Amino acid sequence: MRYVYADNAATTPVSKKVVDAIIPYMTEHFGNPSSLYEVGQVASRAVTKARQQVATALGAEEREIFFTSGGSEADNWAIKGAAALGAKKGKKHLITTKIEHHAVLHTMATLEKEGFTVTYLDVYDNGIVKVEDVEKAITDETCLVTIMYANNEIGTIQPIAEIGALCKKKGVLFHTDAVQAVGHVKIDVKEQNIDMLSLSGHKFHATKGVGALYCRKGIVLPNLIEGGAQERGKRAGTENVPGIVGLGVAITEACENIDENHAKVKALRDRLFEGASKISHSRINGDRENRLPGNFSMCFEGVEGESLLLMLDMKGICASSGSACTSGSLDPSHVLLAIGLKHEVAHGSLRLSLSENNTEEDVDYILEVLPPIIDRLREMSPLWEHIMEAEKVNQA
Amino acid sequence: MEYSKKVMEHFANPHNVGVIEDANGVGEIGNAKCGDIMKMYLKIENDIIVDVKFKTYGCASAIATSSIATDLIKGQPISEALKLTNKAVVEALDGLPAVKIHCSVLAEQAIKAALSDYYTRQGIDPVPIVGVIEEHDHEH
Repeated sequence: MRYVYADNAATTPVSKKVVDAIIPYMTEHFGNPSSLYEVGQVASRAVTKARQQVATALGAEEREIFFTSGGSEADNWAIKGAAALGAKKGKKHLITTKIEHHAVLHTMATLEKEGFTVTYLDVYDNGIVKVEDVEKAITDETCLVTIMYANNEIGTIQPIAEIGALCKKKGVLFHTDAVQAVGHVKIDVKEQNIDMLSLSGHKFHATKGVGALYCRKGIVLPNLIEGGAQERGKRAGTENVPGIVGLGVAITEACENIDENHAKVKALRDRLFEGASKISHSRINGDRENRLPGNFSMCFEGVEGESLLLMLDMKGICASSGSACTSGSLDPSHVLLAIGLKHEVAHGSLRLSLSENNTEEDVDYILEVLPPIIDRLREMSPLWEHIMEAEKVNQA
Repeated sequence: MEYSKKVMEHFANPHNVGVIEDANGVGEIGNAKCGDIMKMYLKIENDIIVDVKFKTYGCASAIATSSIATDLIKGQPISEALKLTNKAVVEALDGLPAVKIHCSVLAEQAIKAALSDYYTRQGIDPVPIVGVIEEHDHEH
């Protein structure tokens, strides 16, 4: 049976280049970067190099990059840190969107309990925030605007440069959770006026457990972990040297090939959209064009997402859904509800996220397998029966 | 969260899927908003459930519980079907993840809804026999 991994927004396989680069830092170059002898200094130089690589990829300076355990940690640090800085000046208002990752939304909920107020901006049916809404929401009390670069479920890309320019003009800090975007779309933090940016290595073929926060020089965030002098004393603890080395290699590799990969992955994704749109009672979630190249998100009425995923799994296809059953809660994904989908439609969502490792054969296999699975689930679905009956009544 | 082998077997190849055109008891429970609906068709002769079919919209455990529940009552007298508990359904599937227990409740309710419909069609008040079927709610 064919095996197709189409859940690259969840995680990606570690690239060969990354594996080759990190192994020596677990074997001969195992030293602690804080040690003065050579084996330690080799590791220290490798961390410095990786910091330069990440900085280069983002258009930032080396001293503006802080390594973390991943995207969630970077989000927590940036948002809680900016809130603490704001509170000192009596500014206790934050602005975000309704479609952020839970690393952002749950952090906001915690801040609300601590007395901060939060504005959650609408994203409309195309899944994209309006810059004018951001502008209207900013008050004298606002200490942070945090808006994700690209959404993890529906892939929509937000107008980051415009929001960055607006925040600069208004003198408000601007953070973006760019976990889904880094390595896939071109980012320049200076040109786009981004003050802080979170990224995660395993979304672009580095290992899990490593990420970074870019924090513009001049913004003095509170320390995240007290201890040694690592990460300029802001995030203490012996560095995850192999992970950091891999992050540097992976981000360089991704950015070197960004145009080529973008074109390839987008063509595959468009082929998927074209094929799957032939299935009746289906819809594309989020803006058709302004989205990550590898993101495919559709809803199929009358079917439930978890059943759909397990049937795809039986055919060797790894995918994801925003149904309640897969989110582990009662409600379907907050993102799908935020773009105005009804619960029963959102339950039938399917996300496929492609990478440059996928092929046309993969796409054609998905398009061969998907329609009969949907037919089969619809055949046994009383909801589908109701939809068909309602249509008959409407036509009569 | 992982499903038992039994759940996956019944999900991959559910038993008794479909419609009984001349069913004399039909029950539907659940709602689309919650993400699961079960519809049961019963053919009852001389107080024996001679045939049963179902249609289910929902997750793998909803489909698997429908399948096993129909197996458990097929060929049984009504009195036995009325004794079917969600616990028995869960046991027959070698367990369900905690968050999926409501699916087994749904299966029990769907059968009772179909039996209620059967009695109503016979001109018999179903409440003293079947009891009141609580509508599936959000307390999963």
